[in-house]
Amino acid sequence: MIRTLPNTKRYSFTYGTFMICYFVFLFAPLFVTCVLAFNNSDFPSLPWYGFSLDWFVASGPERIGIFNDSQNLRAILTSFQTAFWVAIFSTIVGTCAAFLFEQEDFPFKNLLYFLMLAPLVIPGVILGISLLLAANTAGTFVENSFGIDVALFRPSFWLVVMGQFSFITTFVALVVSARLRKFDHTLEEAAMNLGATRLEVIWHITLKFLRPAVIGAGAVAFLMSFENFNTTLFLVGSKPTLPINLYLQVRDGSTPVINAISLLLIVGTFCLALVNLYFSKEKD
Amino acid sequence: MVISKSSKAALWLFLTPVLCWLLLLIVLPHIDLLRMSFGGENDYGEHVWTLQNYRNFFTEPIYWNTFLRTAIFSIITTIITFLLAMPVAFYIVKVVRPRFQGAMVLMLLLPFWVSELVRVYGWMILLRESGVINHFLLKFGVVDRPVEMLYNDATMIMGLVYTSMLFMVVPIISAMESLDDSLIEAAHDLGSGKLVIWYKIILPHCKPGITSGSIVVFMLVLGNYLTPNLMGGKNSLWFTEQIYNQFIASFNWNQGAAFGFLLLLLSSLIIWIGLKLSRQKLGEVAS
Repeated sequence: MIRTLPNTKRYSFTYGTFMICYFVFLFAPLFVTCVLAFNNSDFPSLPWYGFSLDWFVASGPERIGIFNDSQNLRAILTSFQTAFWVAIFSTIVGTCAAFLFEQEDFPFKNLLYFLMLAPLVIPGVILGISLLLAANTAGTFVENSFGIDVALFRPSFWLVVMGQFSFITTFVALVVSARLRKFDHTLEEAAMNLGATRLEVIWHITLKFLRPAVIGAGAVAFLMSFENFNTTLFLVGSKPTLPINLYLQVRDGSTPVINAISLLLIVGTFCLALVNLYFSKEKD
Repeated sequence: MVISKSSKAALWLFLTPVLCWLLLLIVLPHIDLLRMSFGGENDYGEHVWTLQNYRNFFTEPIYWNTFLRTAIFSIITTIITFLLAMPVAFYIVKVVRPRFQGAMVLMLLLPFWVSELVRVYGWMILLRESGVINHFLLKFGVVDRPVEMLYNDATMIMGLVYTSMLFMVVPIISAMESLDDSLIEAAHDLGSGKLVIWYKIILPHCKPGITSGSIVVFMLVLGNYLTPNLMGGKNSLWFTEQIYNQFIASFNWNQGAAFGFLLLLLSSLIIWIGLKLSRQKLGEVAS
C-alpha cells in the first residue's frame, strides 16, 4: 500500500499507469497549444503543414505574427503595467496587514481578521460587480455634489488595479504572516533593550528577515494579477488586459497567433515559477 | 504575539492602510451591491425601492433553474476533484520513491501557474470538431465523421475539474505529509484491508486539507465565468453568465446586483455548512 509495505506487481503497475494518465491529462492541452503555434497553417489545428515561425514574426498582409500585432502587444503592455502596480500596492498593504494581525493588539481584531479573509470566499465575479457599482455610485455622488467628473470611478485602468488589489492583498498577507510566525522575537527584544524604537526594529530587523517571503508574495501577486480574468472582466475600460483581449479573440474564432501568445505566456510563467520555487527552497 | 504597547505609531501605521483597503474595497462595495439589488424604476421612470428584482428571480423559471444547476454542478465538480486529487496526493506523498517526490510536485504545480485562459484554449483546440483528437480519431478510422466534443455538460465539468484541481491537491498533500507511516503499517500488520485503512486512518487525518480544498474549489467553480462560457458554450447556463448578461448586455444593474447578491449568499451558505460539518473555522482553513 505504501512504499514500506510489500505491494503486488499489479497494484504498482495500475497505480503507476494512473499517474502517467493524470500527468498526460495535465500537460496535453499546454503541449498541443505550444506545438500548433509552429504549424504552417491558418488555423490552430492539424494536419501538420510544416514548421513555420510566421505566427511570431510575420508582418502581414495575410499573417500577422505576435511581434507585429500591435493590438495584442498593447494588451500585453497593459497587463504588465496593471500587474506591476497591483504587486507593489498589495505587497505593501499585505505586509502591513501581516504585522497588524501578528504583532498588534486592538479592539475588534477578530472581526477585522474575518473581513480580511472574506475575499478568499467571495467569487471574483461578485467582487467585480460590487466594485463597479460602488465606483459608479461614488462617481455619481461626486458629480452631483461637486460637479466634477472623476475618471477614476469609471471602468478604467486604475479601477482594474483596485479590483485586483482588493483580493490579492489577502494572499500576500497570509504568506507574510506565515513567515512572521517563525520569527525569533528575542531578536526584537534585544534591539529594543539596546534602545531602538519599535519602528526602527521593524525596519532594520523584522523586514530583513521577512524579505524572501515578501519578494515571493510579490511575484505571486504579479502573476495572479497578470492572469486575472473574472474580476477584471467587469472593470475593464477601453484598454483591455491580455486575458480579456485573448478571450474576445478566442470567442470570435481563433488564429494560431493565440497559440504563439500562449506559448510565450507558458514559457514566461514557467520561468517565473521556477525562479520563485528556487528562492523559496533557499529560504527554508 | 504582542511585544510592546508603548508604540501607538506602529499600530496606526499598520492599521490605516488595512482599514482603508477593507472598508473601501470590500465592505462598502458589498453594501452597495445589497442596496442596488433593492432598487428599481416605477412606470414613470422614477427610482423606487422594490423587491421586484428578487421576485423576478423566483417567478422566472430560467433564472432559478440556472441557479440550481450551477449549485449542483459546482458540488459535483468539487466531489470529482476530490476523488481524483486523493489518489494523486497519496501517490506523491506515500507511494513514489522519495527521490522523485520533488520533481512530481513541481510537475503538478507548473500547469497551474499558466493562465486559465490558455489552459481552456488548449482544451478547445484538442476537443472541438476540427480539433486534434478528432483528427486522430478520423485518421485511425474510429469515427467516420468528426464528433463535436465541446459544448456539453460532461466536457464543461471536466474543464472545471481541470482548472481547479491544484487547489484540492496542494492542501491534501500538505495534510497527508504529517501522517505517520507507522499507523498505516500497524493497521496493515493487524490485518486491515485497504478500504478500512483509507476510511479509518487516511481520510480522518486529511480532513483539514480536504475541507479547505473543497471550499476553495467550490467557490472558484461557482464563480467561474471563463470555463463554462468557452467550454460549455450556449448550453452551459452558468449563473455568472446571467449576471454578466444583466450587467453588460441588458444594462439592468439592479437585476444584476440582485443575482450577484444571491450568488454570494449561496456560496457563503454552502461554505458555512461545510465548515460546520467538518467543525472547523475559516481562520484555521485559511492557514
